[in-house]
Amino acid sequence: MAALWTLSLLLSASLLGCLAMTSPDGSPLPHNLPPSLGTNISDGSLSVDLPMALRVFSMDYHHIQAPFEIVLWIMLASLAKLGFHWSGRVPAVVPESCVLIMVGLLVGGVIYGVRHSAPPTLSADAFFLFLLPPIVLDAGYFLPGRLFFENLGTILWYAVLGTLWNVLGIGLSLYGVCLLAQSSLGDVSLLHCLLFGSLIAAVDPVAVLSVFQEMQVNEQLHILVFGESLLNDAVTVVLYKLFESFLRLPSVSGLDVLLGGCRVVVVGIGGLCVGLFFGLLAALTSRFTSRAQVIAPLFVFLYSYLSYLTSEMLHFSGIMAIVTCAATMKQYVEANVSERSNTSIQYFLKMWSSVSETLIFIFLGVSTIQDIHMWSWPFVCSTLLLCLIWRATGVLLLTAFVNKLRRNAVTFRDQFIIAYGGLRGAICFSLVFLIDDFPKKRLFITTTIVVILFTVFVQGMTIKPLVELLYVKRKKRALPTLSEEIHSRLIDHLVAGIEDVVGYWGQHYWKDKFEQFNKKYLRRFLIRNDRQASSSILRVYQELERREQRGVEEEAPPIVDPRSQGRPLLPEEMESIRRILSRNLQNFNNKQTPAYSRHTLHQDTSVDRTRKPLYRHQSLGERYSYNTITHFQGEDGGLSEPQRVRTGLSRSHTVCSISPRSTLLDSSDSAGPAQTRSTDPKAAREDLVSPKHKETVERAARKHLSFVLENEKQQ
Amino acid sequence: MGSSSSISSAHLLRLYDRFESLDRDNRGCLSPDDFEALGGLAMNPIGGRIMEAFFSSGQDTVDFSSFVRILAHFRPTDRNRNKEGAQQELPSSRTRKLKFAFQLYDMDRDGKISREELLQVLRAMLGLQVTEEQLQSIAERAIQEADLDKDDAISFDEFKKSLEKTDIDTKMSVSFLK
Repeated sequence: MAALWTLSLLLSASLLGCLAMTSPDGSPLPHNLPPSLGTNISDGSLSVDLPMALRVFSMDYHHIQAPFEIVLWIMLASLAKLGFHWSGRVPAVVPESCVLIMVGLLVGGVIYGVRHSAPPTLSADAFFLFLLPPIVLDAGYFLPGRLFFENLGTILWYAVLGTLWNVLGIGLSLYGVCLLAQSSLGDVSLLHCLLFGSLIAAVDPVAVLSVFQEMQVNEQLHILVFGESLLNDAVTVVLYKLFESFLRLPSVSGLDVLLGGCRVVVVGIGGLCVGLFFGLLAALTSRFTSRAQVIAPLFVFLYSYLSYLTSEMLHFSGIMAIVTCAATMKQYVEANVSERSNTSIQYFLKMWSSVSETLIFIFLGVSTIQDIHMWSWPFVCSTLLLCLIWRATGVLLLTAFVNKLRRNAVTFRDQFIIAYGGLRGAICFSLVFLIDDFPKKRLFITTTIVVILFTVFVQGMTIKPLVELLYVKRKKRALPTLSEEIHSRLIDHLVAGIEDVVGYWGQHYWKDKFEQFNKKYLRRFLIRNDRQASSSILRVYQELERREQRGVEEEAPPIVDPRSQGRPLLPEEMESIRRILSRNLQNFNNKQTPAYSRHTLHQDTSVDRTRKPLYRHQSLGERYSYNTITHFQGEDGGLSEPQRVRTGLSRSHTVCSISPRSTLLDSSDSAGPAQTRSTDPKAAREDLVSPKHKETVERAARKHLSFVLENEKQQ
Repeated sequence: MGSSSSISSAHLLRLYDRFESLDRDNRGCLSPDDFEALGGLAMNPIGGRIMEAFFSSGQDTVDFSSFVRILAHFRPTDRNRNKEGAQQELPSSRTRKLKFAFQLYDMDRDGKISREELLQVLRAMLGLQVTEEQLQSIAERAIQEADLDKDDAISFDEFKKSLEKTDIDTKMSVSFLK
């Protein structure tokens, strides 16, 4: 492990060397090659002089410079990430974002030392057009929809009003500070302060995601902070542009402010509509991809990116557009494309967003090493303080209001985490670079960097211990029991019914209405052969069954079906078995862990699986009585219940066992030989007990899963 | 109406308005037709059972006091919060709500949810999404999870126990004021 760390360091060092050699403005000549080599430097390439005119060896760096540098940066980012995860205790204490920024600082320092000029900075265009969309797309695709909509009111409350509160508060107080420190800060006008406030107040989704997902807080808290960071983009963008245009205007009137307010609404809703449009378009396109499955994932990315670019073009909120697009298309795309395409989509999303995030943090570090810093103690310190104070008071006040309307109140501990978890990140950084030049711009840049570093390092590192200190309700990992799920569902229906009687259009009403609309029109239009979605009760049941099968050491052997014993499987049956197995292994592998993990692909457990349901033939009633052979031979009339179940099922069933060690591809292959393996012990029917035991032992050793499949014909 | 299920006068007024608007033929009491006129309730999988809960004592009309008595089960809970923000659950209100839900299952009022009763509810809720065998397995599993005294039925205490982690008070509360 230490060796790997050293290796990655060495690699990074060599990469740094390469980077140091390259110059930022693209001039082709490598300056620091010794001229004594007798090299012939002409039009950007160098070659060794030989008597013959033909160049045997030549190196043309200029030709490939741009892609080469990009790849080197990405390589550096990825190696740093790898090293981080191999480095023992570090991930537990320091969040990834901090380590990456430190690596960036290191690299920046090296480059500065070698070249004595500023290292390449993160250009705002590159950030907004290339680095930000993948992260937001990933967040939007894996957004827990139900939770988000249940808390939408609160999230909007925090996002819009909270941001306004912060912006105005920080802006005005900073102006007060500037007035007080006339000597050094006298030329910072009110509008400048407000502009600065608007870009520094916004909570950054990238930073929030990267810190929060490493500490498992309860889902509600997570969705509140995360949703706020996503939605406040609309407000931030509008306010920023508003103040910027005010700066350019000769004077500001009340009408302009009012128009600004309208602009917020337009920007937000515009982004939403653009996202919806492209999301539905993507869903429709995915319906027709059955004959060219390989490019199906591409459409997801293309449409999302298109929605982002379109809304940026129209000066709407790009973040909202891309989130809406992803959230809209998700259920339809997942139902339409094959499992492999689904996996590809998810994997690529995770990969791109991971790379993007890493790059952003590294560049943040690199860009800190600048020679354009301007330091001013009062300004920087007061900004830091004010950010914290205004956020805390904002959260307190807003929560006091919103708790009166909510069902689950936001507790004081939650409020603390929300306030403390308001991290700033790269969005502020890029926005500050975009300000028109004025004398104190460098001060703003410095302050922004300080605030970002402070929030990411100090707040990011201490939030985990603080959470543990305050015993914030952790995420409940346990799957609800089936009874809970059934009874909860009953109560949901009950409350909906009572609401009907009382005449109150509560949230259930709209939810039901939307679900009906969805089922009747949208799904039929957008999904290719829509199979009925499995209800959550069924999903919980299946999940519980699978977990049990995984955990049970002694597998009860598969039930012998008298009629199908020894019957050779028809080819279409084999095909259907293979297909079902591959689907269900994927379900099995995916359904175990929560969403929002950066490093591995985890599945949201509420994902709709419109696949054919798979269930265990041996209902649990039978497990009680498998010891008695008489039961199987149907002599015991008392235990009629499971018997009835069994005969009902034995109409058209085949028994198959597979071993879970195989991957998706192998399972279909092992299905075949496994068939013959399992039919052999069943040959002897008189003495069922001993082959069962034998099989049990075998099975325990290999951890087989038994599945009983429904025949295709039955469907 | 009892102090434990007291409803504020504003709520009562509102409910009376609603009662009057539901009572189409102005007889001062509701009949099953009035309930069936509610479209949402008709489409609800357990709509019939909810309706029957109102006509509890064998009568075929519901007067206003019974109407309110049933709806009092769903009155929004008082927010009794201590400093940490955890909600104090009044044990009696929770038990009453659970009893109401329990009675939706237990149609024959024998104090237990038998397998057949559970199956009926499941059938109504899951509808055409599952096959009969799957329903059986699900019911089997649910009973097996909850049934602690192994009598193949779920008693009220077992029902309560299986829902101990769920916040019934917030789940089963309806805001009466529009």
